[in-house]
Amino acid sequence: MSDVKISSGVEAGLTALAVSLRDVTKTYDNGVMALGPFDLAVRKGEFISLLGPSGCGKSTALRLIAGLGAPSSGTVRVSRHEGAAQPGHGIGFVFQEPTLMPWTSVRENVRLPLKLARVPKAEARARVDEALASVGLAEFTDAFPRELSGGMKMRVSLARALVTDPDILLMDEPFAALDEITRFRLNNDLLALWRGLGKTVIFVTHSVFESVYLSQRVVVMTARPGRIQADIRIETVEPRGEEFRTSSAYADYCRKVSAALAPSYSGQSML
Amino acid sequence: MSAQSSAPAKPSAAQRAVRFVLPIIVFAAGLAAWELVVRVKEVPPYVLPAPSAIFLTLINDWAVLSQSLATTLLTTLEGFVAASIGGIALALLFNQSKWVEYSLFPYAVVLQVTPVIAIAPLLLIYLEQQTAVVVCAFIVAFFPVLSNTTLGLNSVDRNLAGLFQLYEASGPQTLRFLKLPSALPYILGGLRIAGGLSLIGAVVAEIAAGTAGAGSGLAYRIAESGYRLNIPRMFAALLLLSLAGIVIYGLLALISHLVLRRWHESALGKES
Repeated sequence: MSDVKISSGVEAGLTALAVSLRDVTKTYDNGVMALGPFDLAVRKGEFISLLGPSGCGKSTALRLIAGLGAPSSGTVRVSRHEGAAQPGHGIGFVFQEPTLMPWTSVRENVRLPLKLARVPKAEARARVDEALASVGLAEFTDAFPRELSGGMKMRVSLARALVTDPDILLMDEPFAALDEITRFRLNNDLLALWRGLGKTVIFVTHSVFESVYLSQRVVVMTARPGRIQADIRIETVEPRGEEFRTSSAYADYCRKVSAALAPSYSGQSML
Repeated sequence: MSAQSSAPAKPSAAQRAVRFVLPIIVFAAGLAAWELVVRVKEVPPYVLPAPSAIFLTLINDWAVLSQSLATTLLTTLEGFVAASIGGIALALLFNQSKWVEYSLFPYAVVLQVTPVIAIAPLLLIYLEQQTAVVVCAFIVAFFPVLSNTTLGLNSVDRNLAGLFQLYEASGPQTLRFLKLPSALPYILGGLRIAGGLSLIGAVVAEIAAGTAGAGSGLAYRIAESGYRLNIPRMFAALLLLSLAGIVIYGLLALISHLVLRRWHESALGKES
């Protein structure tokens, strides 16, 4: 684990960090220590997965990075892009649920971040159309969320996260509730988007297969309080596609990650 | 006007027609029996007037009754509007500040649980009659609006709230784009209750006000006709009150349906 950290530290000197967490802990009001101490360095443009058992604090880590809550100790650094046209946010967040506003159309849902930032309507319209097109939902702009399937709702959620053109995309088990075929398709679409847009992605999941398939680095976390159990780099021929999913290299990585994850599950009879 | 969909199977057109026609048949049969009993037994109209007599009174006394109806409806409307604005505004205030909520909520409850019929005479001492009547309608109707709106404002999706926080939404933005739309179904539910209640409040206050001259409401007509043993007119006024209540409820239900039909579970058809 430690040598991995050093190597990523060396590389960090060359490429700037998008996110860095140092000695971060999070203890909730009820005394439960959810996280830490936790160190994480994510380079710009990197796709990493946080993998761990339920309740290991991976979502907590993501919320801390998003600024939805403050760490109990330690520092969270997120690089914000400089001279950006739109105010504020270098971060897009995709929740486990689609988290759409049911009372309004797909277009208005995606426009929300721009509306809150008071982006002029005409400009917002163009960007909303672009974001919806990038997730393949151009024809559904006027539909209401409940008229869409689960996978489509998730795409709307993704379009909303992309509409501000954030540098960092945080995803909290976004595809966990979807069926396998839909999930595979969204995995591929997400990879294509990531390659095209060059964003930093931090992806929380409890699926070994998903994490290996998607990410350049899989950070395996321990059971609560979450710490880093292993940091495994996934190296393969890019761009990845369905052939990677069936390759022996993929199976090897899955085995390796599963082995790293196994101690986190020991003694957790509830799961 | 299907209230509930009890069966999972789609009701056919015939079934729906039956649901609509049956109550009408019952109504007609009831009226016919009533008319028959009154005629056969020759019951005097000051004991029980026949439906036909009530209907005739409604036509003959329309000048007086329609004016009273207008008065009562105006009172109801004023009370309803005051209750809606007051209830929603107070709920928004509670939502902004816990301190205000803790300080004032018990009094809202006290106002709600004290029977309005007991408050009305006091109000009539301190306020002008018309004002007192409107205040009564307001007191009865405002609590459901307040409590429903409060419930709605507190039912905002946690993740959506997080999203607004992430995008650094201002307080007014969060209120306008998140809290109020989230609370809308609850608010509309509250208004639907408040509509009927403000009519009840207006009637109670009119009866408590008792003696009054021209421009008195339907409830006053009922009381007055009672003193004069003009029973057919009592029934006619009562009928108008019931109809007014039904129309108010129907209107508010319709508005609620139109506003929510695209997205809220309560207003969606059974097919989706």
